[in-house]
Amino acid sequence: MRIGIDVGGTNTDAVLLDGRQVLASIKTSTTEDVTSGIVAAINGLQQQRAFDPAAVQAVMIGTTHFINALVEAHRLAPTAAVRLSLPAGASLPPMVDWPQRLVDAVSGRSYLVHGGHEFDGRHIAELDEGELRKAAEDMGQAGVRSVAITSVFSPVNAEFEARAAEIIAAELPDVAISLSHEIGRIGLLERENATVINAALRELAAHIVDGLAASVSGAGITAPLYLSQNDGTLMDVDFARRYPVATFASGPTNSMRGAAVLSGLDTCAVVDVGGTTSDVGVLRQGFPREATTDVSVAGIRTNFRMPDVLSIGIGGGSRVRGGAGDLTVGPDSVGYELTSKALVFGGDTLTATDIAVAAGRAEIGDPGLVAHLDRDLVRAALDKIAADVADVVERMRTSAEPLPVVAVGGGSVLLPDELAGAGTVHRPENYAVANAIGAAIAQIGGEVDRVYAIEPGRREAVVEEAKQEAVDRAVAAGASPASVGIVDFDEVPIPYLPGNATRIRVKAVGDLQLGA
Amino acid sequence: MTMHEITIDHLDDIARGAAILGTGGGGDPYIGRLLAAAAVRDHGPVPLVPLDEIGDDAVVLPVAMMGAPTVMVEKLPSAEQVGVAARTLATYLGKELTHIACAEAGGVNSLIPVVAAAQLGLPLVDADGMGRAFPELQMVLPTLYGVRATPMSIADEKGNRGVLDTVDNHWAERLARSATVDMGCSAMISNYAMSGAQARESLVPGTLSLCAELGAQVRQARAEHADPVARVVERLGGRTLFSGKVVDVARRTVTGFARGEAKLSGMDGDTGSEMVLKFQNEHLVAERDGVPEASVPDLICCLDRESGEAVTTEGLRYGQRVTVIAAPADPRWHTPGGIELAGPRYFGYDIDPVGVFA
Repeated sequence: MRIGIDVGGTNTDAVLLDGRQVLASIKTSTTEDVTSGIVAAINGLQQQRAFDPAAVQAVMIGTTHFINALVEAHRLAPTAAVRLSLPAGASLPPMVDWPQRLVDAVSGRSYLVHGGHEFDGRHIAELDEGELRKAAEDMGQAGVRSVAITSVFSPVNAEFEARAAEIIAAELPDVAISLSHEIGRIGLLERENATVINAALRELAAHIVDGLAASVSGAGITAPLYLSQNDGTLMDVDFARRYPVATFASGPTNSMRGAAVLSGLDTCAVVDVGGTTSDVGVLRQGFPREATTDVSVAGIRTNFRMPDVLSIGIGGGSRVRGGAGDLTVGPDSVGYELTSKALVFGGDTLTATDIAVAAGRAEIGDPGLVAHLDRDLVRAALDKIAADVADVVERMRTSAEPLPVVAVGGGSVLLPDELAGAGTVHRPENYAVANAIGAAIAQIGGEVDRVYAIEPGRREAVVEEAKQEAVDRAVAAGASPASVGIVDFDEVPIPYLPGNATRIRVKAVGDLQLGA
Repeated sequence: MTMHEITIDHLDDIARGAAILGTGGGGDPYIGRLLAAAAVRDHGPVPLVPLDEIGDDAVVLPVAMMGAPTVMVEKLPSAEQVGVAARTLATYLGKELTHIACAEAGGVNSLIPVVAAAQLGLPLVDADGMGRAFPELQMVLPTLYGVRATPMSIADEKGNRGVLDTVDNHWAERLARSATVDMGCSAMISNYAMSGAQARESLVPGTLSLCAELGAQVRQARAEHADPVARVVERLGGRTLFSGKVVDVARRTVTGFARGEAKLSGMDGDTGSEMVLKFQNEHLVAERDGVPEASVPDLICCLDRESGEAVTTEGLRYGQRVTVIAAPADPRWHTPGGIELAGPRYFGYDIDPVGVFA
């Protein structure tokens, strides 16, 4: 048995799974301290279906905590960014394009040091260890508690980042250190930004992870605890302490992965309809397709691994305005006030939920309060929702192949049974807790993302080498070797570079090795 | 609209417009915008001088970034690298520079000269050598007027500097390209030093203002819920070629350039038709149902259908809804010399150039 928990901004959802069978599921309110909400959720499962805590083999948690901490600029540690690049890079120092509010929130300091690599692995300059020690001394005096180290082309060669970490750790044994090559990809500013964000969250991560572990062990569960990552794979708690940024987009990912398991479809588009938005993502072989463009988080450009999700402002709380001819749905929503503002709850605002009830698609509140709605208006609103969602699904397709659609989330009753261009909409059971299920079934992954100079005739060997490294990384992270397979492979030639430079990305995943 | 100086507030619009004139190439102007913002913040706004207001004796020097945009987003320039390239050439020439200019008005190279001008405290000429982006160094109108690419300077972030003097502009491209690779694939160059009289004769006037204006039009159209693509077409005096969805993108690297094709399936009025865009960093030929509808030297721009933002050839992917527009190049590109330099045959397509209103 395993337990999956999704700690969202509003709800904490939990499921108890045996294999892929849902034994119990519960939705509770997220609490300020998070911990008591999780305890309540585990107790709720226990009440629904009594289980022996010792029989639980693993607990998987997805949390939006860290991204919220960044957005709210709350509890971020005093952080220093160290960039190994001189003489390059001085034109744009670290955090150059950050909102000032966030620079202040992390008390951002930055240091430029000689070092870094060229695209082909040559050194831009030798690493200047004296400069690094001097920087470390200054950081110590300034009370820096977390350090982000970024070296030019470290995704090609990480030796300088590793060496710089040793030097800083020797000077400042108590600071946390984050290395950019473990976090982002090519694109220095974006990778550095993600690394600085990670560094700023490390103290909070330690605190949160301790809290999560305490609430699980408090329930008598001794099984290991894992957190789910942006790409739908798991990290253990030690990894979570070091890489909180890797949990940022686990919410939509968990919904998508849960949808795959519930529907039995591992290649599909998933529409997660919430109260304010509908999030659409694509699963390929059970894993969310990742965004290939830079993603802005709290106004900061980053390029770490995030699922490619397109959101539109249509959800259960969306306001419906106008008549049958000029009708609009969303993008604004009554949000958490649904239960007082929507017509079915005696309110005065026409919402998408009222439309669903009037159309007989859902039984929420008092259907009598929407019985008077004009039939044409109801039809027009449903058509509008269907057309807008179909449009987003269409945009998310990456090939001409037809892509099945799975609907999850509380608001999915708004969707029709058929979507234009996509066909039947699959609506699995337990759709409301798809995210907790997604967390529970998460696997372990390993990834390689690097620029290779491919000599003539060597392409296949290089590709094999990259794939093997991804597999090895997955196994090292805790995947059962027999279950590991390649789920994603991408090869892009890079223009203007000699030597047939090609960027290769490979991802391998496998089942978590349970027990023993 | 005429700008008299470039301030930080202009840079977003210039970057957005430069991406459009980049015709799919020219590199992501994001880094260029940040570099320009840092330079303007440190040194103050850059005076922008109309081409027809510079004196015959002015010493005008275009500057540009040469190399791989993919490298530039990783290995950012040093603080003074951009200015160094111009200063090196001025020293070699033994002349006092009076103005900086743009070699190309497309992508990142619309903004690099802003950095140089700010660092050197010189005015920038509101003009460029192409009126668009092209991939190779000799592909500028001054080549047609006998302005030599060399002596040219090349500078890396490490402090290595070189001055090349070559027998013709094609050799300049060749030698500078290999030096750029040795320097780590991202170098700053200055070349086509010219007098004010030569600049007035051979540069394309008003192109930085045009970038700013295109960017502003797109921004305003979006704010007004109007069609930004239509505004771009109108301002460039071009026409809409095709609206459709990207259904296939094939890329390969040939001699260091990314060549490829994107296939679009028609929407709205173009339903049932197919367009193929052929590119080498920049868009070179647009074919509708197998028939070329536009080609270099005219501009073929691929814009996001709703937002009006330029879609680069590197950023093309399945499912994007785009509108392909064509706009006339500077008429001098349509002379026999211009076509020889940057017509379809130069890029390996055995067709005559197809003009926007042909």
